[in-house]
Amino acid sequence: MAAMDAGVKLGAGYPDAPSTEIQETDATNCHPASVPDYIPLPELRELQLRRLRAVVALAWRQVELFRTRLAERGLTPEDIRVLEDIAKLPFTVKSDLRDTYPFGLFASSMKDVVRLHASSGTTGKPIVVAYTKEDVDVWTSVMVRCLAGCGLHRGDIVQNAYGYGLFTGGLGAHYGAEALGAAVVPTSGGNADRQIMLMKDFGVTAICCTPTYFLHLIDRAAELGVEMKKLPLRAGVFGAEPWTESMRWHIENLSGIEAFDIYGLSEIIGPGVGCECRRHQGLHIFEDHFYPEIVDPATGEPLPDGSEGELVLTTLSKQAMPMIRYRTRDITMLLPGRCVCGRTLRRIGRIGRRSDDMLIVRGVNVFPSQVESALLEIEGALPNYRILLTREQELDQMEVQLEVTAQMFNDKIGALQELQSRIQSALDHVLGIRVRVALVEPHSLERSEGKAKRVVDRRPS
Amino acid sequence: MKIHQLSLFAENKPGHIAAPARLLARGGIDIRSLYLADTQQYGILRMIVSDWRKAAAMLESQGFAVNVTEVLAVEVPDRPGGLADVLEALDGTGMNIEYMYAFPMRGDEAILIFRFADPDAAIALLQTAGINLLASEELLKK
Repeated sequence: MAAMDAGVKLGAGYPDAPSTEIQETDATNCHPASVPDYIPLPELRELQLRRLRAVVALAWRQVELFRTRLAERGLTPEDIRVLEDIAKLPFTVKSDLRDTYPFGLFASSMKDVVRLHASSGTTGKPIVVAYTKEDVDVWTSVMVRCLAGCGLHRGDIVQNAYGYGLFTGGLGAHYGAEALGAAVVPTSGGNADRQIMLMKDFGVTAICCTPTYFLHLIDRAAELGVEMKKLPLRAGVFGAEPWTESMRWHIENLSGIEAFDIYGLSEIIGPGVGCECRRHQGLHIFEDHFYPEIVDPATGEPLPDGSEGELVLTTLSKQAMPMIRYRTRDITMLLPGRCVCGRTLRRIGRIGRRSDDMLIVRGVNVFPSQVESALLEIEGALPNYRILLTREQELDQMEVQLEVTAQMFNDKIGALQELQSRIQSALDHVLGIRVRVALVEPHSLERSEGKAKRVVDRRPS
Repeated sequence: MKIHQLSLFAENKPGHIAAPARLLARGGIDIRSLYLADTQQYGILRMIVSDWRKAAAMLESQGFAVNVTEVLAVEVPDRPGGLADVLEALDGTGMNIEYMYAFPMRGDEAILIFRFADPDAAIALLQTAGINLLASEELLKK
C-alpha cells in the first residue's frame, strides 16, 4: 500500500480530483484483509447466499421475534434458495430493538458475548447491540478494509477523535486502525485545542471523526494560528452523520487533506459497513458481510440498482445479534456498474439525507442538508448553523441561526444586513418557504463534539 | 493619520458586551473610545484601544469575530458649529462617510471618528481644508 502514496497529490480540490494520478491498488498488493474486496462476482454471490441461509437459520433458531414473523408469513429458513428470496423476509426496524430492550434480539448466550454497545437514545431507552469474539474480528477486518481503501497503512499515525465508550465509532475505528498496523492516538472527542496540539506535535497523518467536528478543528486551528495545510495530516475518514459534497470541498480546500466518507451504524456493526476508496465515486459496501438492498421507503418494495430509496441491510456473518433486512432510514442508491478501482463490491451513493431527518414545515418537506448546501453556496458561509423551529400564531416558523465568522464579519451594519438577506433569499429559493436568518456570535451554538445537533424543534406537538 | 479601530460582533442580549470588556481589562488594555451600532438582533461594538494588535489577538484567540478598520479622528472645538464646520468641508466633494461617531474630551474639544470608503482621499481633503486630524499616538494621549 505504501507505494500508492508516492506521486499522489493529496487534497486536490474536489470535484476535479485527478483520477489519472491515482494508482489504485489491486488484489495483488493490497492489505491481506482487503482481498475479499476483489472476489469475482459469481463467487461473491455464492458466498452471500451461503451466509444468508446460515444467518436466517441462526436467527430463526435463536430469536423469538424473527421466528414468529416468519411463521406469520408461512416461511421457514428452507424457503431461502436464491439471493432474491431475501425479499420474502420481514423487515427489522429500529423500534424492534427498543421493544426487545435490552437483550431480546440476541442470538448468542451471554457467555459468547464479549462486547455490548448502546446508542445514546434521545428518547427513552437506548438500543443495545452485542458482539461475539468473531463479530469483533469481522468488525475489525472491515474497518481495516475501509482504512486501507483510504490509502492508510502501517507507519501512519491515526488520530481517532470519534467518541470512545458506548458509541461504536471510537472503538470501531480504533481496532481497525491498530489492526492495520497504524499508530493510533485515541484522543476521543472533545478538547479541540489538545487535538490540534497533538496533531501538530505527533505529526498525525490521518484523522477519524465526524465531518462537522473536523470543520470545528479547522476553525479552531486557524484561531490558534496553526496552519493545517502545513501539517503532515493527509487524510480524514469522516462519518457518523450525513454530509455533503460541498462540505468535502470546503474541508479539502481549507485543510489540504483528502476527505473520505465512511458509513456504518451500530445496529449493523458500527462504522465499517462501507467506505469510499480513493476514487471517491460512492461508498463500497462490504457485501461479503452486509447484504445491501434498496427499497421504496413507502411500500417496502425492492428497487433495482440505480434507483433512489431506503437502504436495507442484512448482516451475513453476525453471530451475537443478526439483523435481517434492517431498515436504515438512510436514503441512497446502489450505483450501477463496477468501480474503476477494481473492487467487485457494489457502492452506495453518498447519503445526504435520512428519511428520519425530514422536517415538515408549513406542510413543506425540508431536509437540513438542503440548508447546508445553500449556506455553502454563499461565499464565506461555513456551516456552523442551527435550524430552530417554533410556532407563532398557529404558523410554523423556521429560523436559520448562523455563527458569524471573522471572514463574514464586516464592521458596517449595511454589509451584514446585505449578507443576511442574501442568505435568506438563497434559502427561500431552495426550500420554497420563507425562513428567517439570524446572525449569532461565534461559538454560541452547541458544538458538535460527536454528532451535530442541527435542528431544534420547539413546536408544540 | 489613520487609526486602527476594532469592531466586534455581539448579539443583542444582556451581558454580551461584558465578556470582551473583561478580557481586554485582564490584558491591561485601555479602551479609548467605544461605540455600539445596533440592530434589533445584533450589534457591532467599535473600539479604539491602547494596543490594537494585542487586543485583536486576544479577542480572536477567544473566538470573537473581530474586524480591524482604519478610521480618521478629527479634533474639533466642543461648541455649537464644531461638527458642522467639518461636515461642510466635505460637502460637495463626493466624499462618502460610511459612518461616524463623536465623543467629548475633558477639555474644550470633542473628537469625531469617521470611516470613509477612501481614507487616503479623505485625509488629503481634510488637511487641505485646514482640519486637525489626530495621529494615533495623539489620540491615545488625550
